Amino acid sequence: MMNWGVVTVLLLIVAGSAMATEPAVNERQASYREAGASNFDAARGEGMWNQQQMQQEMRQSVSCASCHSANLRTVGKHIRTGKLIDPMAPSMNAERLTDAAKIEKWFRRNCKWTWGRECTAQEKGDFLQFIQSR
Amino acid sequence: MKKITFWGTILLAVCLTLSISSLAWSDSRSDDGSSHGLWSQQEAASQVMNKTYQNECSACHFAYPAGFLPARSWVKIMGTLENHFGENAELDATDSQEIEQYLTAQAGDQDPGRFSRSFMRSIDNVDTPLRISETAYFRREHREVPSGMVLDNAKVRSFANCASCHTGAEKGSFNEHEIVIPDHGRWED
Repeated sequence: MMNWGVVTVLLLIVAGSAMATEPAVNERQASYREAGASNFDAARGEGMWNQQQMQQEMRQSVSCASCHSANLRTVGKHIRTGKLIDPMAPSMNAERLTDAAKIEKWFRRNCKWTWGRECTAQEKGDFLQFIQSR
Repeated sequence: MKKITFWGTILLAVCLTLSISSLAWSDSRSDDGSSHGLWSQQEAASQVMNKTYQNECSACHFAYPAGFLPARSWVKIMGTLENHFGENAELDATDSQEIEQYLTAQAGDQDPGRFSRSFMRSIDNVDTPLRISETAYFRREHREVPSGMVLDNAKVRSFANCASCHTGAEKGSFNEHEIVIPDHGRWED
C-alpha cells in the first residue's frame, strides 16, 4: 500500500521536471533582451536548426540537425565522430536547458563549428524557444 | 659454510619470488580495481582524479590518462581547443586553466606511472605529439590489432576510443586480460 507521502513526493518530482527548463531559459532570454533581442520565436529557431552552411573542416554543408537530428526527440549522431548524442528535447531528456553556463558553452562551440561564427542574441533566444517547445 | 649456502639459497628464492610476483601483479589487476599490495601503485595508469577534467572532456570522449603524454603536449592541446582535432571544444578560462594545471602536473614526464615511462621513452624530445595513438609505444602495443577489429568496426571506429575495448580503462587499467573487442570477444595475444 502506497502512502500519501510517497505520492506527494512523486507528484512534486513530476511537476519539478516539467518546469525544470524555465529558470535557465528565462535567465538566458532576459540577458538576450538586454543585448537588444526580442520576440523569441520557435518556428524561426527550427528554420535555423535546419539551415545548411558550408563547414570548412568537413568540406560539406552541415546544420544543427546533421548531428542532433531534425527531430529533437530522437538520439542524434555526430556526423564525424559517430558519437551518439542524447535527445535535445527536454521532454525526452530532463537535463536539457537546465544549466545556463552549459547552454552558453555549447552555443559558442557549436555556432562556431557549424556556422563559422558566434550566434547572435536573437538567434540564441530563438533556438532556446524552439528546443524548449519539444 | 654449509649453513651460509643454505640461507643464501633461501634469500635468493625469496628475492626471485618477490620479483616474479611483482611482475605478475603489475600485469593482473582485479576487476574491481582493488590493489594487491606494495606494488599496486605501479599497476594502473594514474587514474583520472580531476572532476573538471572528467566532466568537461569526457562529455565527448574518453578522458585519457595524463601520464600518456608529456606536459608540453597537454599545453599545446589546451592552447588549441578552438580547433580540437576538427571540433570546437573551447572552455571558459577558469575551467581551461584548472584542466591544464591538472594535466601538466600529472603528465608522463612529470609524474611517472605504470605506462608513462614507456610512452615517454618512445617520444623524441623534439616532438610534441597531440595524439596518444601516434606515439611509437602505442603503435607497438597495437600493431597486431587488425583494422577490422577497430577502424572498420562500427562499434569502435577509432583507436581514440580506448574504453570500447579496454574494459578497465575508466579505472586507469589497460591490462591485456581485460580487453574485450565488440563483436570479436576477448583479445588473445
